Amino acid sequence: MSAAAPVVELKQITKRFPGIVANDSISLTLNKGEILALLGENGAGKSTLMNIVFGLYQPDEGSIEINGKPVIIDSPNKAIELGIGMVHQHFKLVEPFTVTENIVLGMEPKKGVKIDYKSAAEQVRKLSEQYGLQVNPNARIHDISVGMQQRVEIMKTLYRGADILIFDEPTAVLTPQEITELMAIMKRLVAEGKSIILITHKLKEIMEISDRVTIIRRGKVIDTVQTAGTNPNELAEKMVGRGVTFKVDKQAPQVRETVLKLNNVNSKSKEGVNLLNGLSFEVKAGEILGIAGVDGNGQSELIQAITGLRKIDSGSITVSGHEIANLPPRKISELNVSHIPEDRHKHGLVLDFSVSENMVLETYYKKPYTKNGFLQREVIDRYAEKMVAAFDVRTPSIENKARSLSGGNQQKAIIAREIDKDPVLLIAAQPTRGLDVGAIEFVQKQLIAQRDQGKAVLLISFELDEIMNVSDRIAVIYEGQIVGEVYPQDTNDQELGLMMAGSLKRGGNAGA
Amino acid sequence: MKKVYKLSLVMMLVFTVILAGCGNNNNTANSGNNATEGSNAGTATNAPATETPAEAPKSDVKVGLVTDVGGVNDKSFNQSAWEALEALNTESGVEIKYLQSKSNADYVPNLNQFVKGGYDLTWGIGFDLGDALKEVALANPDAKLAIIDSVVDAPNVESVTFAENEGSFLVGVVAGLTTKTNKVGFIGGMDSPVIKRFEVGFKAGVEAVNPNAEVTIMYAGAYDKPDTGKSMAATLYNAGNDIIFPAAGATGNGVFNEAKSRNDAGGTKVWVIGVDKDQSLEFGDDVTLTSMIKRVDEAVKKVSQQVVDGTFEGGKTTVLSLKDNGVGLPETSKANVTEDILAKVEEYKQKIISGEITVPSE
Amino acid sequence: MHRLKKIFATDSYIVPIVAVIMGFIVGAIVMLIGGYDPIAAYSSLFQRVFGSSYDFGEAIREMTPLMFTGLAVAFAFRSGMFNIGADGQVLIGMTAASLVGIKLSGMPTYLLVPLAVIAAGLAGGLWAGFAGYLKAKRGINEVITTIMLNWIALYLSNYIVKNFLLLEGQNRSVDNPASMSMTFLASAFDNARIHWGTVLALAAATFFYLYLWKTKQGYEMRAVGFNPHAAEYAGMNVGRNVVKAMFISGVFAGLAGAGEVLGVFHYQSIFAASPGYGFDGIAVALLGLTHPFGVILAAILYGMLTYGSAGMSFGADVPPELIRIVIGSIIFFIAAQGIVRWVLKPFYFKRKKEKVS
Repeated sequence: MSAAAPVVELKQITKRFPGIVANDSISLTLNKGEILALLGENGAGKSTLMNIVFGLYQPDEGSIEINGKPVIIDSPNKAIELGIGMVHQHFKLVEPFTVTENIVLGMEPKKGVKIDYKSAAEQVRKLSEQYGLQVNPNARIHDISVGMQQRVEIMKTLYRGADILIFDEPTAVLTPQEITELMAIMKRLVAEGKSIILITHKLKEIMEISDRVTIIRRGKVIDTVQTAGTNPNELAEKMVGRGVTFKVDKQAPQVRETVLKLNNVNSKSKEGVNLLNGLSFEVKAGEILGIAGVDGNGQSELIQAITGLRKIDSGSITVSGHEIANLPPRKISELNVSHIPEDRHKHGLVLDFSVSENMVLETYYKKPYTKNGFLQREVIDRYAEKMVAAFDVRTPSIENKARSLSGGNQQKAIIAREIDKDPVLLIAAQPTRGLDVGAIEFVQKQLIAQRDQGKAVLLISFELDEIMNVSDRIAVIYEGQIVGEVYPQDTNDQELGLMMAGSLKRGGNAGA
Repeated sequence: MKKVYKLSLVMMLVFTVILAGCGNNNNTANSGNNATEGSNAGTATNAPATETPAEAPKSDVKVGLVTDVGGVNDKSFNQSAWEALEALNTESGVEIKYLQSKSNADYVPNLNQFVKGGYDLTWGIGFDLGDALKEVALANPDAKLAIIDSVVDAPNVESVTFAENEGSFLVGVVAGLTTKTNKVGFIGGMDSPVIKRFEVGFKAGVEAVNPNAEVTIMYAGAYDKPDTGKSMAATLYNAGNDIIFPAAGATGNGVFNEAKSRNDAGGTKVWVIGVDKDQSLEFGDDVTLTSMIKRVDEAVKKVSQQVVDGTFEGGKTTVLSLKDNGVGLPETSKANVTEDILAKVEEYKQKIISGEITVPSE
Repeated sequence: MHRLKKIFATDSYIVPIVAVIMGFIVGAIVMLIGGYDPIAAYSSLFQRVFGSSYDFGEAIREMTPLMFTGLAVAFAFRSGMFNIGADGQVLIGMTAASLVGIKLSGMPTYLLVPLAVIAAGLAGGLWAGFAGYLKAKRGINEVITTIMLNWIALYLSNYIVKNFLLLEGQNRSVDNPASMSMTFLASAFDNARIHWGTVLALAAATFFYLYLWKTKQGYEMRAVGFNPHAAEYAGMNVGRNVVKAMFISGVFAGLAGAGEVLGVFHYQSIFAASPGYGFDGIAVALLGLTHPFGVILAAILYGMLTYGSAGMSFGADVPPELIRIVIGSIIFFIAAQGIVRWVLKPFYFKRKKEKVS
């Protein structure tokens, strides 16, 4: 092999887990100075493969070559030694430590027995200049934004001398602005001679930044293509295994009576800051109202107020004419309000419960799931089997812990549970966050199907595309207030963007 | 459910393996035991084995001793008792063994271990063992038992108590005459009749010679908490007391510790009065003013010897007082206590023995 | 705290077993260094436990409070709480049993005994429930409150015994006429202090299992224990579950107190220091992987070690401090799972890893 040897070459990698083949004879190559995108649905085996490269798992079959030499990577330390760095989806940082301390953690420059913070800070500054990673080396992690934290993760790998960087779903947690910045950073890294594997299921990013794409489906390599010679539709089809329509198909809404009505709702934080500031809107049966807005403008508080988790100070919230403000969550839930929470790990599921137990998280106390105070396991299991089949939740069995499911399948399980309650009002908060194209399509179709059945749907999302595609009507939230209501067909991204930034108000009562 | 089943199965398996292993080992272990028994004097005790001559006198009498939670290294009371048995072992080859109790639930099984193991005499050391010893004595009328500091009414038990109030009176005299601040402290273990005798006697002694002196009484609530003793001592010394008399077993070690560090730091000279044993031997003359010796060792030795000689009667209560030299001050007191004061002590001692003074006991 | 939770929640039973074995080995090494014969020591340990019917009965007596306190700690743990206060709850249970047994001594036994036992359970439950209430309503960490309540329990119990129940001239209460002793077994066990508490402890373990895994309320408690946020979202009353879980945990501990007072001593001592049942209970819960049946097995092992330790000093002249090293090593190896895993790595770790994905 000459200079042309790929920096990473995987040969026939196979990895089996009990009941599933995660990687089935996967081969791929990464050339020096390129960005290779690894595309696949949640649970397709991307993460498993990269964990093998990073030494967290051992392959059952196959071999790995780095710079043309066969290697055995039996631990992350070995991987780091070989110049492989991984930027995890969930950051592994010590929050109370400073940026510098985090970067040098475990490899601190020493002066005698003391850590030489001065030279550490100097090295960090050099790195950040070289790669255009602006970050304050003395800031503490819990004080800096998510985008900054990700830069720290990247610098950690560079500090350890990584030439091969693996990015695991790096944009899932970033704002659009931060995504743009990350793209620039990645280009800079490649220009400096690094090689990158980018794990993602976001087609837009792949098209924008990668040189080649390797598509994985159900543990197998489907194809490897040059980015320049493909298009998003082709990629999506290869990833999902069937045609995917990006434009959501839907009929005109059959709008009926008002289901959810908020009138002048106010709620203060403990510190006395107005989080909900005279908020008013309505959602009618048979329509999807999309709440657009930049994160942190009262969306979470709005959901908490409607679902009974937050006390409001004044105003009224009614569901089908019943006042629900300040009622306990269960009372509200029993009025047939369903809720797909924005943080499925924290609020949607008990991750250490089985899939089966999670399916009855809100209904476990009712007949037939409970009789005389005792849980009816068989009834619950039968119900869970039914749900898992109906919503295509992929799990080895209903006895598996929810933790072991992929993100998309966890979300499917939640949606199954919430939709099966046959709600009059369905609140969907960030329902497609972190999901792949196939799963997004599934979720959005479910929302529209609910609307078509005459349910009122409240969709809260930070993704403008989703708001524009799915909603029948859009309300824009800014600083705890609805600053405008528009119909998607009458508006465009620019106008919405201005409203979300608080610099334009429009159509106070579009829905009324 | 399946998991539980598997769990119990594996646990069972492990137990079986361990037990089987022990079963096999039992033979070798026993022979090992026999081998050690001959030279038991060396192993059972922490006494220097080399001093034991190979042809040590042999006796087939076995004496067992159950301590309270303090254990035989408490530098006081339990240790005195154990040292007496060690001496007996050297002198007449009596086989001896002790068991330390971890909690008061252990008293009965520990006593039973000796009684059922065929020991000729079983000692219970301490007031707290009274109930347990009585229970065991009544259930085993053929066994011989003895107890220190408590009166057990059973025909096969010999009880030994001490007139701690008399000895404490004398150290009270020393304290009353030595104090420069006119403030002295007392730290008791637990508020029990025995410790009460220390407290009352000490107070009476101080008052007899120095009516201006103030005696502060504190209770640590435990015999095995040197840390508590240390912090209580700090409180007392800070309040201006220059002499403390702890009657609290190992808790008192903390008092010595505190006094020592104060004297080393070079502040006002402070003193501790030792208890049960001559504690100046343990903690040194620079902090130990004198000690209120309680001849637990004498009592243990005497009663154990009766068993060796076959003169053990049982059902008796012996009260050891000043008259019997059961309590008193050690010779080493000379180091820190002036001639005059010692003369005064001697004077009071005679008065108590002659009955001229009756020291209160509660 | 989080680390501790992870240790507790592990579902591997191989680790504790290997930890036990490693503990024994470390103990043996320490004995060898000290010049003692470990084989003789261990065999005397087991001989002390199984050597006679009396000792066997006493060993059962030793295990019983450990079963209760182990269950108490494990139950709270399953509901997401760390009950450090089982010790205080035991004491309060003892005191309640003493008060009822002694003050209502006129009652017929068949009423008096159950009443005293119920009082003990209730008192322990309320004592722990109070810590739960402070957590639910005021957000005060239960670790802190239960530790503080331990001290309050110790001095309150001593105060009550001293002032209302004292036997003149002694450090203990007058005799308690309510007896849980199994007198009909007395001859079979050569007068060992066998009592009904043991049966009660086994029943408590069964209750623990059924309640937590088979009932609606247990489902709620486990949900709250795993993820209080999701439980709240799902409409469960987190605060009420916290109080309830602590109450039940305290009932277990309180029953341990009843067993000691009514079954073993038949009086209550004035305690110089905490008797330590609760702290041993933490070790037992840890060893039993917070599963009720695991806890019972762990209590049996722990009780055997504790009771058998006197055998070690009797039969092999090993000082009692040494058995503490053995027990300490076992706990250490369970807490430091990493070490055990490392030892097991060739056989085990690989498989464990694959379970994650």
